[in-house]
Amino acid sequence: MADLLPEHPEFLWHNPTPKKSYDAVIVGGGGHGLATAYFLAKNHGMTNIAVLEKGWLAGGNMARNTTIIRSNYLWDESAAIYEHALKLWEILPEELEYDFLFSQRGVMNLAHTLGDVRESMRRVGANKLNGVDAEWLDPQQVKELCPILNISDNIRYPVMGATYQPRAGIAKHDHVAWAFARKCDELGVDIIQNCEVTGFLKDGNRVVGVKTSQGTIHTEKVGLCAAGHSSVLAEMAGFRLPIQSHPLQALVSELHEPVHPTVVMSNHVHVYVSQAHKGELVMGAGVDSYNGYGQRGSFHVIEHQMAAAVELFPIFARAHVLRTWGGIVDTTLDASPIVGTTPVDNMFVNCGWGTGGFKGTPAAGLTFAHTIATGTPHELNRPFALERFETGALIDEHGAAAVAH
Amino acid sequence: MLLISCPNCGSRDETEFHYGGQAHVPYPENPNELNDREWAEFLFYRDNTKGAFAERWLHSTGCRQWFNMLRDTVTYEIQAVYPMGTARPDAAAAAPDSGTASTAPDSTTTGTTAPDISGTSTTPASTPAPEGATT
Ligand SMILES: Cc1cc2nc3c(=O)[nH]c(=O)nc-3n(C[C@H](O)[C@H](O)[C@H](O)COP(=O)(O)OP(=O)(O)OC[C@H]3O[C@@H](n4cnc5c(N)ncnc54)[C@H](O)[C@@H]3O)c2cc1C
Ligand SMILES: [Zn+2]
Repeated sequence: MADLLPEHPEFLWHNPTPKKSYDAVIVGGGGHGLATAYFLAKNHGMTNIAVLEKGWLAGGNMARNTTIIRSNYLWDESAAIYEHALKLWEILPEELEYDFLFSQRGVMNLAHTLGDVRESMRRVGANKLNGVDAEWLDPQQVKELCPILNISDNIRYPVMGATYQPRAGIAKHDHVAWAFARKCDELGVDIIQNCEVTGFLKDGNRVVGVKTSQGTIHTEKVGLCAAGHSSVLAEMAGFRLPIQSHPLQALVSELHEPVHPTVVMSNHVHVYVSQAHKGELVMGAGVDSYNGYGQRGSFHVIEHQMAAAVELFPIFARAHVLRTWGGIVDTTLDASPIVGTTPVDNMFVNCGWGTGGFKGTPAAGLTFAHTIATGTPHELNRPFALERFETGALIDEHGAAAVAH
Repeated sequence: MLLISCPNCGSRDETEFHYGGQAHVPYPENPNELNDREWAEFLFYRDNTKGAFAERWLHSTGCRQWFNMLRDTVTYEIQAVYPMGTARPDAAAAAPDSGTASTAPDSTTTGTTAPDISGTSTTPASTPAPEGATT
């Protein structure tokens, strides 16, 4: 039977009117903005702060993603920050006193070509060296873990094996946002919805305030957590980001009996599937190729993704698409995030998490809060500085096939 | 699905095309003189406009020719199709209520000076106007 969803109180946070000034203002009330505010308050004692959200809390990518959490990235810098995030996911339900159904049901990344197999085995080796749980599965082991997967060779790209991270899994994204929001509120953070940032006040090169749809707010520091809109905010502040915003779509089926015990991702045929606690099959694909701020993409992307899903999971042929939607993802050319200082004094940026930043939420919050509070990066986000595009020290997770989501 | 009007082949589904990102980004004239910052700009930085955006498309499964397109990145409405190497037609002038075009720094020409194969969605159907639409 599907699990029962946890009860939650009717009101989790207040809706204060903005004060005249704060010690720090976070722009963006998605997962990253809320986690940043939480760690600013909890770890750095900064409670005179506000999260400004132009729409409603978690109305951006936070409650639109497919909730995959894993840390099996190739490069040392990525493994370090994502594994730290995973360790935080393991303790957060207790710390935030909120059961957001973090389910460590494992994530499988399928290999369909010899190139995939070699890359996957290399990544398993790299993961093990970094203390990340990782295994290589042959097709028979894949079938044992996920019996509904078609491992025969009657499909265009047969399954040649998979990497498997047992500690990876999924969580309920909206509940994660609410869990952070409630704690933020308890700690004294102002969460202000329907408050769009429209400009910045500067004294020379130093930011001293934000202009918003609810008036001007003075602040010592600004942290940008605007995901798909990061470029727009950077432009208001007078600097550029190496970000391109793309539509990214996902969909769910109607509710089904539990049939899918783990999470399966395939970068080669481009689909990833899990089954939510209530029973929907949750599926996502790749980004639409064009730049877009429309929170929707083209239908052929969904068609392509469904074709792949039905080949891999023949029993899905009789499921129905119930709902599709899109978010705006902030992609970088090396598929790694940007967390650090900006050319504007006292302004900091957390962006570029692209198609895969839900899993990074706790670590983004922790390291970004550290960066804002101390003015210098945490060890974990130091390599993810904006400067890497100038020095050439890229963290190229595109080369590592496990990159998507 | 975008319906894109190739200057050579007419209206075709988006799936026949390949996206080429921001248009009007020339290779540096004196590469040897660029510093690291300027190389970073050329290699990794592109405009990420919310609103009218000039971008390149390749009709990869048709005539295999590149062309430029002016498209609103919020509504996805295609406002003009024009040849590579020609100036960007002014989207704001041609379609005044087509979104937040404020971040278009290089829109210097007006809609009336647009190259002859360009058009807007308000152009009569007899001309090869781009029929930008999402379905
Ligand atoms: C379809 C889809 C599937 C995904 N699947 C996965 C997955 O399986 N695993 C994974 O790890 N990641 C996934 N992601 C990526 C993940 O959702 C994002 O990387 C992450 O949510 C970004 O951080 P956020 O939650 O803070 O973003 P958001 O929730 O987008 O928060 C940014 C907020 O900033 C606000 N904002 C913007 N401009 C302004 C302004 N001017 N003033 C005030 N507020 C403003 C927005 O309204 C928004 O609420 C997926 C994304 C999508 C779209
Ligand atoms: Zn053509």
